[in-house]
Amino acid sequence: MDFAPDGSLQAFRDEVRSFLAREMTPELDERVYRTGVSHDDTFVRRLAERGWVGADWERTDGHRRLDPYEVHVLVDELTKVEAPIYALITTEMVANVIRHVGSDELKALVLPRFLRGEVTIALGMTEPEAGSDVAAVRTRARRDGDQWIVNGQKMFTTNGHVTDYVFLLTRTRPDGPKHAGLTMFLVQLDQPGIEIQAVHTLSGERTNMVFLDDVVVEDRWRIGDVHGGWKALMIALQDEHSAPFSPHLARIVEEAEAWFGATGRLGDPDVEQHLGRWAAVLEVAQLLELRTTWLSANGVTPVAEGPMSKLFSTEAIVGAAEDLTEMTGPDALRSRLDPTAVREGRLEHALRFSLGTTIYAGTSEIQRNIVAQHACGLPRAERG
Amino acid sequence: MDLALDDSQAALTAAFADLLAKHATTDAVRAAESTGFDPALWSELCEVGVVEMAVPESAGGWGATVLDLVLVAEQVGAAIAPAPVIEAQVAAGLLAALGSEPGGSAPADVLAGRRVATLAVRPATGRVAALVPAAAIADEALVLAGERLVIVPLDATNRRPVANLAAAPLADVTLDGAVALAEGPEAVAGFEHALDRWLVLTAGALVGLGAAAHRVTCAYARERTAWGVPIGVHQGVAHPLADGATAIDGARLLAYRAGWAMDHAEPRGPELAALAFGFAAETARRVTYDAVHFHGGVGFTLEADPQLYYRRARGWARVWGAPRDAYRRAARLRRGTQAA
Repeated sequence: MDFAPDGSLQAFRDEVRSFLAREMTPELDERVYRTGVSHDDTFVRRLAERGWVGADWERTDGHRRLDPYEVHVLVDELTKVEAPIYALITTEMVANVIRHVGSDELKALVLPRFLRGEVTIALGMTEPEAGSDVAAVRTRARRDGDQWIVNGQKMFTTNGHVTDYVFLLTRTRPDGPKHAGLTMFLVQLDQPGIEIQAVHTLSGERTNMVFLDDVVVEDRWRIGDVHGGWKALMIALQDEHSAPFSPHLARIVEEAEAWFGATGRLGDPDVEQHLGRWAAVLEVAQLLELRTTWLSANGVTPVAEGPMSKLFSTEAIVGAAEDLTEMTGPDALRSRLDPTAVREGRLEHALRFSLGTTIYAGTSEIQRNIVAQHACGLPRAERG
Repeated sequence: MDLALDDSQAALTAAFADLLAKHATTDAVRAAESTGFDPALWSELCEVGVVEMAVPESAGGWGATVLDLVLVAEQVGAAIAPAPVIEAQVAAGLLAALGSEPGGSAPADVLAGRRVATLAVRPATGRVAALVPAAAIADEALVLAGERLVIVPLDATNRRPVANLAAAPLADVTLDGAVALAEGPEAVAGFEHALDRWLVLTAGALVGLGAAAHRVTCAYARERTAWGVPIGVHQGVAHPLADGATAIDGARLLAYRAGWAMDHAEPRGPELAALAFGFAAETARRVTYDAVHFHGGVGFTLEADPQLYYRRARGWARVWGAPRDAYRRAARLRRGTQAA
């Protein structure tokens, strides 16, 4: 057993940090918060210039392919500073699906632009009536010669109002098993029949509802087989499950530690007890995350370990935000960017932000179902 | 970066798992409850060098790494073995560090386990070291009294065994007959280092204990049916068990990480040892509660095994302190490291 990171990893982390010190300006940070849009064209292009978009892909454009631990470090640092990469994350998920099951035409159209940071794709998966049960979607795509007519609505299509495309999960066969009648499309958002409505969330992040009314999609925009949408979806969700959450926890714990330090309370036994506990939880969250990276790097799919990591880190974020704002006292109520706020109100924001993390990318209940089945060997409950 | 056991670590783990499966069954654990000590098991363990391994080669031992000792402690915990493995290892290591014998070796009797030395993990208050682990059956105890580290030869006049929740061989010890081994900063530093080791090894034991209790509970949740379905189908049962599996994996990784950090003299080693103890104690506390609870009425009976784990999860940790005490220690060590 060896917990030492490879020799060059710290140098790489330093490189990412100095990049962020330059590019992640306070103005950008504030703009992302005020608009609720975690995307910035320039920032993403700068990442692409360094080969840090599709960083773990086999490259033919002269950029060095990062190893899994370097990718881990890159995403860890970007997440820690809340860099505006959410549209990049969703774009990469979809680009990866296209890489695996897309047509040659789609690959040629999307992948080079993706690697240059020049294309953005939002997710059109769940719907108001579907929630976590994405296979229950009702948005209908009806074949009409070599095109499809799409009708329905999508929920939580974050960044859909600024991206070029949406990765659209549709039902193409209304009868039969619900997983077997789904088809995926890449749909241009700027076209007749598409209406986007803002949905504002507790964390300040803006997401969207997308209404599709007789939208015409040519068959060449299909990703994967007709009725083969579930397979494409699984490729995307595998990526979603590996997104790291421990950097958010690290940020909250560090903010609290800095605040207690600035107010001379670090030696208070209560503060010691609570900060000490979250320090332990943070170590565990980081180790569980590192374990999924290590397993993946060794060709093992972290079937239970990925969900364990997501479950543990996000529940910890919720717990830490609640506990550390209570420990801070009434001042933690002062909002993000209020002139009177401590630590720019980041603890107040943590409380708001935390609640989404145990819901999106698979709720904690879904993660526990997977862990109970695969790590505890418990029988799966009957479900439709 | 490699989170898998290497060949020698895997062999070590398997050897102790085999030995304990044979000599520390839950029947044997029950049979030893009156004293908390099974002499036959202890001699088997000493035979394979359980104390010697914990002492540096320069002092006559085998020089196992802290991580190796954590792996052994994990097996000891999984078997809830009635044997003072961690205390004897830590005390022997401290004796070796103090160079108590001519030539700087640890005493041969102690290395061989014929004479059991233990450590009072909390300093004495006045002339009493309370609830010293293993002191009811040990031959001598190392105690920090103020800024003096003393060795107390134990006999009926200066120790009083205490019946306790964990059925552990605990005793209150008075300092009658104590002989000073070290004084001043050297004594305190020696004690603190020994305590760091005790904390990380006990973290390993609590991980093993928690994992064993959890395994028993998962098996029960698969087999036990109510209203025609296994109780593990219900999310009210399955979800706490999923949380338990996650916490145990995390506690194990943290205990290994802390042991590794101490082996590599990382400045954060002692802090990580305290964090590992706190998290392992918290995890063992929770999963052993779930173990009793999900066994239902059966779990409340003495015949069922969960109570064996439940009592030891608390007793093994609380002779030193609660998770909160470990977190406070870690926070203080962290400030010290950051200030340095």
